[in-house]
Amino acid sequence: MDIRQIEQNIISEFKAFDDWMDRYNYLIELGKSLPLIETHLKTDRYLISGCQSRVWLSASYRDGMVVFTGDSDAVITKGIISLLIRVLSHQTPDAILEAKLDFINEIGLKDHLSPTRSNGLVSMIKQMKLYALALKTKYEPEAKPGS
Amino acid sequence: MFDPQKVRNDFPALQQDIYGKPLVYLDNAATTQKPRIVIDAVSGYYESINSNVHRGVHYLSQKATEAYESARERVRRLLNAGHSREIIFTRGTTESINLVAHSFGRAFIHEGDEVLISALEHHANIVPWQMACAERKAMLKVIPVDDNGDLILENLDQLLTEKTRIVAVTCVSNALGTVVPVREIIRMAHTRDIPVLIDGAQGIVHMKVDVKELDCDFFCFSGHKFYGPMGVGVLYGKERFLEQMPPYQTGGEMISTVTFDKVTFNELPFRFEAGTPNVADVIGLDKAIGYVSDTGMEEVWKYEAELIHYALQKLQNTPGVRIIGHPMERMGVISFLIEGIHPYDAGTIIDRMGVAIRTGHHCAQPVMDRFGIPGTLRASFALYNTIGEVDRLCEAINLTRKMFG
Repeated sequence: MDIRQIEQNIISEFKAFDDWMDRYNYLIELGKSLPLIETHLKTDRYLISGCQSRVWLSASYRDGMVVFTGDSDAVITKGIISLLIRVLSHQTPDAILEAKLDFINEIGLKDHLSPTRSNGLVSMIKQMKLYALALKTKYEPEAKPGS
Repeated sequence: MFDPQKVRNDFPALQQDIYGKPLVYLDNAATTQKPRIVIDAVSGYYESINSNVHRGVHYLSQKATEAYESARERVRRLLNAGHSREIIFTRGTTESINLVAHSFGRAFIHEGDEVLISALEHHANIVPWQMACAERKAMLKVIPVDDNGDLILENLDQLLTEKTRIVAVTCVSNALGTVVPVREIIRMAHTRDIPVLIDGAQGIVHMKVDVKELDCDFFCFSGHKFYGPMGVGVLYGKERFLEQMPPYQTGGEMISTVTFDKVTFNELPFRFEAGTPNVADVIGLDKAIGYVSDTGMEEVWKYEAELIHYALQKLQNTPGVRIIGHPMERMGVISFLIEGIHPYDAGTIIDRMGVAIRTGHHCAQPVMDRFGIPGTLRASFALYNTIGEVDRLCEAINLTRKMFG
């Protein structure tokens, strides 16, 4: 499924919620069910800054696709990571780099998160795009960015 | 009898709904809301007497200068300082401490000397001293804190050495609410002729501060934590130290004569107020002090003590709540965690319930490290908070537990 389609699915899922509590309950549920990241990835190397809660993100390259794993010590943050992974994992580096991620605004996530948390969200997306760029450069050298 | 319901009407920001619920503002240790009289004074200044101070002979300039200097006199009275020369306006506590660390450091701290702070300090009373110590090749020493969040003063005698040039401590911990026995620290430091700086950012709003009686050598506070505007703060310093300290910043106002060869600095306090000062907000601070005085400080402090006592009891009896820090005496602040829930998750849900509290390390990472936690939830109180608001906080905590349960 392409990124825009997954985003559309998430948007319609969130439309079903009447109020903020349902929305957050859903995020909490997602956070709790996100598979735990492997312990060896839970190090400072994979820690990203800009979040009040700690967030670990790592990425690998498989058959032309980027596969993300992530974790956080806060459940709501994990829920957000879970959504980002659903949208961006198993996509090509180019698709990830081009993704606008409008769903974040449309499901009211950005509005309803505090500024510092918003920064955390921004840092997560930035980190995921950086991973995509790094993996693209490493594994698809014929299409070096800026060349 | 002091009635918080009456004063609430004086604060426009408290009249709003957040996410459809009446705002419960419990982040007063970060900044207090401002009464109408302060907001009006700031805009009123710009509407009527805006002009630069200490310079013009024209009418407006004289009016602005009068208002600015009468604010200085009001601050002097608030602190019971000996002379208004000892009152310097800054941007806030952080700048006040930076000023002393820099200027006192240059004059008095030398290679091999020591600076003593405490383990309860806000970063604003740690980092300036670290910088000063690095620059002057001096050493930073720290008064330790016990498991309750009280300073361990038994060994203070050994921490104060003939190399100690200054002691810088807070009077109330912003992270735990601990009231620090500054009187005792000052007394012990003074037996060795060591000056003491008090970070009064959290204390000034909840307790009587008489710098003469305390005999502290420097006292710093911020206007915005005292119902005043942001961007204005105060440094009180004993004249005999200020006189010997080089200027912090240079420019206009702080000079007496300037040629290209030589500059003569102005007298106190102007020597430490380079450039055009924040006149509007200084006038706002004047009104804030007036507002609290008129409301009745003693009454307010008594009420705040009762309120925090109630809040502590209520929080302790709320399932899942773990209070961080059990100091012998507490003011203004209660830090806590909800078992099994990250402070950030809890803060997010509590915010959605219209309750504003702080989450995180509160710019006091060494305190968090001491207790082995990444951060806390912090409720902090002001004169307009009510028992009903404490109950709203506890309801929000209960809901949070339900959602994450």
